[in-house]
Amino acid sequence: MMRFMLLFSRQGKLRLQKWYLATADKDKKKMVRELMQVVLARKPKMCSFLEWRDLKVVYKRYASLYFCCAIEGQDNELITLELIHRYVELLDKYFGSVCELDIIFNFEKAYFILDEFVMGGEIQDTSKKSVLKAIEQADLLQEEDESPRSVLEEMGLA
Amino acid sequence: MALKMVKGSIDRMFDKNLQDLVRGIRNHKEDEAKYISQCIDEIKQELKQDNIAVKANAVCKLTYLQMLGYDISWAAFNIIEVMSASKFTFKRIGYLAASQCFHEGTDVIMLTTNQIRKDLSSPNQYDTGVALTGLSCFVTPDLARDLANDIMTLMSHTKPYIRKKAVLIMYKVFLKYPESLRPAFPRLKEKLEDPDPGVQSAAVNVICELARRNPKNYLSLAPLFFKLMTSSTNNWVLIKIIKLFGALTPLEPRLGKKLIEPLTNLIHSTSAMSLLYECVNTVIAVLISLSSGMPNHSASIQLCVQKLRILIEDSDQNLKYLGLLAMSKILKTHPKSVQSHKDLILQCLDDKDESIRLRALDLLYGMVSKKNLMEIVKKLMIHVDKAEGTTYRDELLTKIIDICSQSNYQYITNFEWYISILVELTRLEGTRHGHLIAAQMLDVAIRVKAIRKFAVSQMAMLLDNAHLIASNTQRNGICEVLYAAAWICGEFSEHLEEANQTLEAMLRPKVTTLPGHIQAVYVQNMVKLYASILQQKEQAGEKEAAQEITQLMIERLPQFVQSADLEVQERASCILQLIKYIQKLQVKEVPVAEEVIALFAGELNPVAPKAQKKVPVPEGLDLDAWINEPPSDSESEDEKPKTIFHEEEQRHSRHRQPEIDEEELARRREARKQEQANNPFYIKSSPSPQKRYQDTPGVEHIPVVQIDLSVPLKVPGMPMSDQYVKLEEERRHKQKLEKDKKKKKQKKEKRGKHHRHNSLHTESEEDIAPAHHVDIITEEMPENALPSDEDDKDPNDPYKALDIDLDKPLADSEKLPVQRHRNVETLKSPDSEVPLVEKKSKKPKKKEKKHKDKERDKGKKKEKEKKVVEEEEEEEEKKGEDLDFWLSTAPPTAPTPQAQSEPGTGTAVVAESQEVKKEEREEQDEEEEDEGKKSSKHKKKKHKKEKEEKSKDKKKSKKKSHHSEEEPPVSVQNGTLEDEPLPPMSSYRLLAENPYIKMTYDIQGNLQNDSQVTVSVIFENKSTSFLKSMELNVLDSLNTKMLRPEGSSVHDGIPVPFQLPPGISNEAQFVFTLQSIVMAQKLKGTLSFIVKNDEGSTHEKLDFKLHFSCASYLITTPCYSDAFAKLLESGDLHMSSIKVDGISISFQHLLAKICFHHHFSVVERVDSCASMYSRSIQGHHVCLLVKKGENSVSIDGKCNDSTLLSNLLDEMKETLSKC
Repeated sequence: MMRFMLLFSRQGKLRLQKWYLATADKDKKKMVRELMQVVLARKPKMCSFLEWRDLKVVYKRYASLYFCCAIEGQDNELITLELIHRYVELLDKYFGSVCELDIIFNFEKAYFILDEFVMGGEIQDTSKKSVLKAIEQADLLQEEDESPRSVLEEMGLA
Repeated sequence: MALKMVKGSIDRMFDKNLQDLVRGIRNHKEDEAKYISQCIDEIKQELKQDNIAVKANAVCKLTYLQMLGYDISWAAFNIIEVMSASKFTFKRIGYLAASQCFHEGTDVIMLTTNQIRKDLSSPNQYDTGVALTGLSCFVTPDLARDLANDIMTLMSHTKPYIRKKAVLIMYKVFLKYPESLRPAFPRLKEKLEDPDPGVQSAAVNVICELARRNPKNYLSLAPLFFKLMTSSTNNWVLIKIIKLFGALTPLEPRLGKKLIEPLTNLIHSTSAMSLLYECVNTVIAVLISLSSGMPNHSASIQLCVQKLRILIEDSDQNLKYLGLLAMSKILKTHPKSVQSHKDLILQCLDDKDESIRLRALDLLYGMVSKKNLMEIVKKLMIHVDKAEGTTYRDELLTKIIDICSQSNYQYITNFEWYISILVELTRLEGTRHGHLIAAQMLDVAIRVKAIRKFAVSQMAMLLDNAHLIASNTQRNGICEVLYAAAWICGEFSEHLEEANQTLEAMLRPKVTTLPGHIQAVYVQNMVKLYASILQQKEQAGEKEAAQEITQLMIERLPQFVQSADLEVQERASCILQLIKYIQKLQVKEVPVAEEVIALFAGELNPVAPKAQKKVPVPEGLDLDAWINEPPSDSESEDEKPKTIFHEEEQRHSRHRQPEIDEEELARRREARKQEQANNPFYIKSSPSPQKRYQDTPGVEHIPVVQIDLSVPLKVPGMPMSDQYVKLEEERRHKQKLEKDKKKKKQKKEKRGKHHRHNSLHTESEEDIAPAHHVDIITEEMPENALPSDEDDKDPNDPYKALDIDLDKPLADSEKLPVQRHRNVETLKSPDSEVPLVEKKSKKPKKKEKKHKDKERDKGKKKEKEKKVVEEEEEEEEKKGEDLDFWLSTAPPTAPTPQAQSEPGTGTAVVAESQEVKKEEREEQDEEEEDEGKKSSKHKKKKHKKEKEEKSKDKKKSKKKSHHSEEEPPVSVQNGTLEDEPLPPMSSYRLLAENPYIKMTYDIQGNLQNDSQVTVSVIFENKSTSFLKSMELNVLDSLNTKMLRPEGSSVHDGIPVPFQLPPGISNEAQFVFTLQSIVMAQKLKGTLSFIVKNDEGSTHEKLDFKLHFSCASYLITTPCYSDAFAKLLESGDLHMSSIKVDGISISFQHLLAKICFHHHFSVVERVDSCASMYSRSIQGHHVCLLVKKGENSVSIDGKCNDSTLLSNLLDEMKETLSKC
């Protein structure tokens, strides 16, 4: 089971964090800081895995962003790497060649996509198509929602 | 800013959306904190507004700030508000915020229960989805308990999208609320065969996760998973399953044998590295668990090693890393296969990636043998020299020590070499591991008696060169070795050649710059040294020299007395006084050496780390009781010190009677000389005068050899370990020659590897004798120490609670707590009575009932109780046996996956299905036994299986002929049909239908209440409009009434607790009370609803007739054949029969139909004849004997109530005539 996933920039700015085991804020901060340090200190040619605390960490760098997953001892590192890659592909498809700014400004979308892809630390759907479909439909629902909202708001204003 | 001011307050809600916030933060790099606190203030204002859109926007911004590390827990309540928004847009944001910041400590979390429940049952699948996703992040034990039942219902949702999420979240629920595991497991198991691959893989994920933690409870699923493994093509799923098997095989080695072949096939065929890696890992795990009995397992190991070599040689660092990682697993059990790749692994030590180097180091740890230890360590020492960065160098240092010290120094043949290595390691700059080296020095010097002399000489040199070690403040870590050096020189001072010189080195002023604890050891040990010098001088009669040395002490000690460190100060002043006193005595020419040395008499023994914990409390010892009630008299006080210091006595005796052993000693010395003579590399030394320690009782039998420096040391304190390597090679060569000679003369006695641990006398598999005989003292353990190692278990394992037996039938009490829907309060939600026990049944609900009934039976028939219990036990046993059988039927040439899937053998019939195998086994049984009479053994087996299976085994003879598609069903567990290729059946019948809506229904007896049934109605919106305000009403009869909320009249309908968007269907339950159940009933009713579409809304009605058949009052209940026989014999039952002609379907299908539609279970089945049983909710027993003729079926029934029976038979006739 995946314990958590982090996205952070080369400058050490957290861009996304998803915890699959409810954790107190204090611990989260501490772990994020510690792990970011470890990962950022690694040289580019090093392998993508490291043992950290009692977990295994799988990370990969895409452009300026590090995607970093913490998995449990018995989990498969390679498939986790694959998972990261798929997530990036999903982001790419959704945003159309994604960049860090997309994720910063639409961070909630990035979360929604991740939530459709992975749930409770387990992969939910291995098909990219069906994940994107679910997201599209949910977005559609949201747009439907939104049109009456502006009317309401106008009423609220008046 | 000015612009913002102009905007004014009316449209504050527009002033910042998320994008503005992000942009703002990026534009305020200098005063980010200030800017954000300003934003938070704004957000607080926004949250105070009533407009939900504004709130949602605020919460969205907060979520972003939370990611940046700001505390937003104060907004938890607002988040819940947004979660409960009716609009999906806001709900989504609310749940996202909750999943990001809620945790078990969030107190408002309990307020979410009802909201989440509402969202879970929302007609919009995305509402449900978003609620499930959110919940999966913050589920608490309370939430898990309250929502378990709702989620379980969702596992059977019509939409795969919801099903898969519900299945995944169940894992979280189990973790938080372990009681839910048993009730929910059967349904979870069903999902392994869900038609939707997503749901299936979700179920595999969850069960694999569960099974990995507590594998033994999931062994019975092995056949099912095996089938999945050989049929699935989804690598994600395969990896999980293979991993699961890795966890199961240690418990069931036969499973391993069965796995090897498909796994090796996968290894050969797959192109996915992740899968390959998983297979290799599992094969390794399997081979580890199959320590014996696999003929060709070396081939599998070779295959793995070969594949791993490819990984390691790959240019991809990741594969290299994993290859090394997996290699280290093989190493544990098959070191030889890995050792042949030593070159490759040593090569990895040069890799530019540090993590790979570390992995390679790990591997080396396991690859050493007596033969190659020196060589490997030499390579490592080279790496130490050229390593950059202290981290890696420290790692190397630790590894060297680990490698050498592993398994009680098993691989060290020459301890002089090892001490030299340790001394060389002290040259490491800036290491943090000085204490490690020190600990090793101490350990070796204490435990390897023969090495003490050498060790002492080396340590003396270290002390002498202490300035080199301690000079550099940066090398602080390493000065720890001085601690060891001082102690060793002091404790074993009798071996010191130049004791004076060492003492002087220890008294140098420079010493006072060392850390306090080291100085303290210095002070303590210089007295030991002093004592032994004193004795030496006195014995030699050199009084002046003795006084000189005392004077030296008195002069130098004050520098320690002035130490700032209390420990040092205290010891130094104590000792200073002592020595002053000695000086006085010396002046009076009193011999003092004996007494001084007595202060330090006695041998120190190493104590095992866990020894203290393992001391058992002797019987009868009360640790709280007074030890001595009255103060003891003087006599006993005299004796006490003696017992405390009894070692002192030993020591004295040693002094007094060395001559007694003289003869024996001489003899031994002779023997030793002989031995040494055989070793040309042994440099002989004249026996040192202090040999007393050899006579310590208990070690006399060990020939201890005096060791002299075999290599002159060029640099003081810096011995060259390399020279030992050369020496060793020569020695080995020589030894080999000798051995060859010996071999001719006598058969060599070879001792097993396991002896190696305690002493190095035995020869290793490489036949390398240690350079000199070394006695490694084992660490002491108290007598009667318990061998158990419970201390290794972690009592806080969160997965322990999930160690639950899943095969046991559910008890009445095991139910998920059910929360009723508010608007149907008096109605039972379907799941309250539901199921829980089914095994893959298509109709879960029934099974539970069965089990419950069984339990009830127990209560009623006390005389039978015992039997039932036994039967249950047997049942469990049976499960084991089934697995046995599944496993045992796989002969080495057994059906490989490919063979199994060959169509010719009849799809499901072959091998993979556990059930079919059972049949086969039964066939075998039957061959052995007479058909008609069942031997007791046979009977037993039958009990174990549930009735239907029993009937199966009787049918043996026919079975073989059946093996084609027509294969009779036979495998029914718990009264329902499994896995059979039966036509799809649905218990839901059409209730009514019009262009807007279609209603289907099913009636279930209610276990808790003998006068209630639950009608489940599925409403399906067929139109393109929105259906709402649905209300269902029926015209009650005298006998049958719909249960309405209190206070409502019989004319009030019951609102359906949901609305239906176009194309959506949902299920609602209604409870009916009845008095008599012997007759079928029909109730007229109406559903009224509002159709809403673009043109407006219209009110519509749909009439229906609700048909309560007699069968709907029956509850599928298992019954054992002997109980069944008793029932028939009792004579209380009325009998009736029917016969139906023109039956064309197979007997199996026929039975299945009766089971399914009429709620019966098969008790026994022989050929084309079966006995069946069921019970009504009011406790009527119904027994059937079904016989199939050429084209007809006859059914004889017996029942407590003749009306009920005849009605039931009529219904059955109707069902069958449709066949």
